[in-house]
Amino acid sequence: MKGKAVRYNKWGYIFLMPFIIVYVVFQLIPMVTTIYNSFFENYMSGLNQIGPNFVGFDNYVSLFSSGDIWIYAKNTMILWIMCFIPQILLSLLLGAWFSDVRLKLKGARFFKTVIYLPNLIMASAFSMLFFTLFSDGGPINSILMQIGIIDTPYKFLSNVGSTRGLIAFMNCLMWFGNTTILLMAGMMGIDTSLFEAAEVDGATSTQVFFQITLPLLRPILVYVMITSLIGGLQLFDVPQILTNGTGDPMRSTMTLIMFLNKHLYSKNYGMAGALSVVLFIITGILSLVIFKVTGNDKRKG
Amino acid sequence: MKKKIVSALLCAAMTATMIAGCGNNAGASTNAGTGNAGTTDAGTADADTADAAGTETADAGSDTTAAAGDEGKVLNIYCWNEEFKSRITDHYPGYTKVDATSGTIGDVTVKWNITPNDDNAYQNNLDATLLKQADAAADDKIDLFLVEADYALKYVDTDYAMPVADLGITDADLANQYQYTKDIVTDSNGVLKGVSWQGCPGVLFYNREAAKEVLGSDDPATVQEAVKDWDTFNETAKTLKDAGYSIVSSVNDTYRVYSNNVTSKWVVDGKINIDENIMNWVNDSKELVDAGETGTHDLWSDDWSAGFYPEGKVFAYFGPAWLVNFSMAADTEGSIGNAGGWGATEGPQGFFWGGTWICAAAGTDNAGLVKDIMLQMTTNEDIMKEIVVKDDDFVNNKNVMETMAEDTKYSSKILGGQNPLAMYCAGVESLDLSNLSPYDQGCNEEFQKAMKNYFQGNATLDEALELFYTAVLEKYPELSR
Repeated sequence: MKGKAVRYNKWGYIFLMPFIIVYVVFQLIPMVTTIYNSFFENYMSGLNQIGPNFVGFDNYVSLFSSGDIWIYAKNTMILWIMCFIPQILLSLLLGAWFSDVRLKLKGARFFKTVIYLPNLIMASAFSMLFFTLFSDGGPINSILMQIGIIDTPYKFLSNVGSTRGLIAFMNCLMWFGNTTILLMAGMMGIDTSLFEAAEVDGATSTQVFFQITLPLLRPILVYVMITSLIGGLQLFDVPQILTNGTGDPMRSTMTLIMFLNKHLYSKNYGMAGALSVVLFIITGILSLVIFKVTGNDKRKG
Repeated sequence: MKKKIVSALLCAAMTATMIAGCGNNAGASTNAGTGNAGTTDAGTADADTADAAGTETADAGSDTTAAAGDEGKVLNIYCWNEEFKSRITDHYPGYTKVDATSGTIGDVTVKWNITPNDDNAYQNNLDATLLKQADAAADDKIDLFLVEADYALKYVDTDYAMPVADLGITDADLANQYQYTKDIVTDSNGVLKGVSWQGCPGVLFYNREAAKEVLGSDDPATVQEAVKDWDTFNETAKTLKDAGYSIVSSVNDTYRVYSNNVTSKWVVDGKINIDENIMNWVNDSKELVDAGETGTHDLWSDDWSAGFYPEGKVFAYFGPAWLVNFSMAADTEGSIGNAGGWGATEGPQGFFWGGTWICAAAGTDNAGLVKDIMLQMTTNEDIMKEIVVKDDDFVNNKNVMETMAEDTKYSSKILGGQNPLAMYCAGVESLDLSNLSPYDQGCNEEFQKAMKNYFQGNATLDEALELFYTAVLEKYPELSR
């Protein structure tokens, strides 16, 4: 009798296959080999291969004993926070405006497209542009000098604050459109009858935003925050190109991935592998922390 | 119905691309052979694509040319810019340009594989390809590659570069070449593995207008008097600053002048060593920067090259012949070079900068052609003369250079009619290259980058030196401090 029933679950597996294959080939295997490689001394000296020699945890020891990794981790987090806070505020505001039925913004579709546009520019092209704009003899300095704000060119890329600021600004500009669209999707998913009920009860739009929109938006906010955090940890292209790979001034804008990239010069798989594993663990811990802090744990009810 | 057709088409297209992608990969990896399982993943992937491309062109080449010989049909040349290509195009007899990346010599297709130097991309690409040289198909093997002095030893001191004697080039052929150009590409066993068509003794190129305005005359002798040693040089910097000029565009301009006059190598017995003269550069430069007499721009940046134009207000650049001829915007309307506004004088100390060496890759299937290119481009006196006249290059041939130096008819347009060759000839004899090491490129780059922080006041000298050590050890994990 059993054989007669139409079984569909094999299709489930078949449709899962492409993902599993891609995941194993492009994610799982590289991850396992990275961990494996991190226990070896393995690099190129000129055209000569050194190793691979098994060295146990030596790579990790030298990574942490120099202490530099903490500086780069701190840089990365500072850059992320500098970019994320303005970005989420801006996106919440824009999202609230765009999804507010009472405001009836004209040309909302146009603006939604426009704010997303910066994300379409290649990060490298974007930072090349900023590098030129903000160079010592660049147009921004000329303008500032002509309107008389400063007398001598301000060296944007030689000061910690301005360099970090520029990187955060660029990232913010590139990603706030994306965040706005995600938040807007979340806001539009909220039952409009709740807004109407609030309106009937005489709530102001500020009250509506803080009492209704924000609490109901929390799952999306958590998602946005985690993805942004992981993206932030992998921050590379903008500071790499803006500072020509040096992380100047004094490596204050050198992120963890830029540090990883430094080991590619000698194809140092051991050190790079160790760093990647550390990065993997940090990412995992941070994601867990955020998950807990924002109270998204379903078990609490 | 329509929807179904469209979706079916889309599916088909997607599958097709997937399969096509896989097919390519499979093809390329069989091509690359199996002997290099231990080498780099990223490198292999890159080179695979290059290989695939190479095979395609190779096929196209053999279709059009029917003639057969015992030499390969494809000559693969690896280099980092257009310079050598334009030299071959202009001066090598029988070279016909096909398009931007290929040409022909007789029935041989010349394939130019140009990878820019940025971020070490040229060497990464060359390394990956050289490491698979033994397994590559004959038409994909590198036949000829170019190297610079900074890292020449990295290649010359391996078996990947072929001794020129094995090509049939004798010492007598190269008798007129300057000794220093041979020293750089001689390996640790004393075997010569490359040749160069240019010599790169450096001089000081000064802005004639600025010299007239500030020093009263643009005569090389007067200017030389103002820059004859570093103390006078730094004094002149003050005078120039009062007149609104920077003596040089950036502290990095003077770097090579100091670093070529060192008395020890960057690496001694596996330890990083900072020479005294390099520290002199740091101290002198810090003073210049603090006094606002020069900038800290990276070489080749827009801020650095602003001085190629009169508005840039830069008094001088240090450089060899190729800098003023090839890199200082001489073709651009409104630049100083275009108006013939540069003058040349010896400067405080002799130095050299760059230079390009031609190496034959071991395993080449075009040995005969490679030999001919080397001989024609570096020893044929007629071609050498052509290069001097047409490209203002300083060629690697004593006879030619000494005759040209005395020739009153020869003069450089960019240098306002001056004949600088005698100056170069004097400079090239004094070059001492006994303190080169395979680590020069990385050390020089990282030292300048690290010191930039010190000059700009973002770090103390010790912090900046610390940063230099860190950066070098990242690049060369085998060294210690």
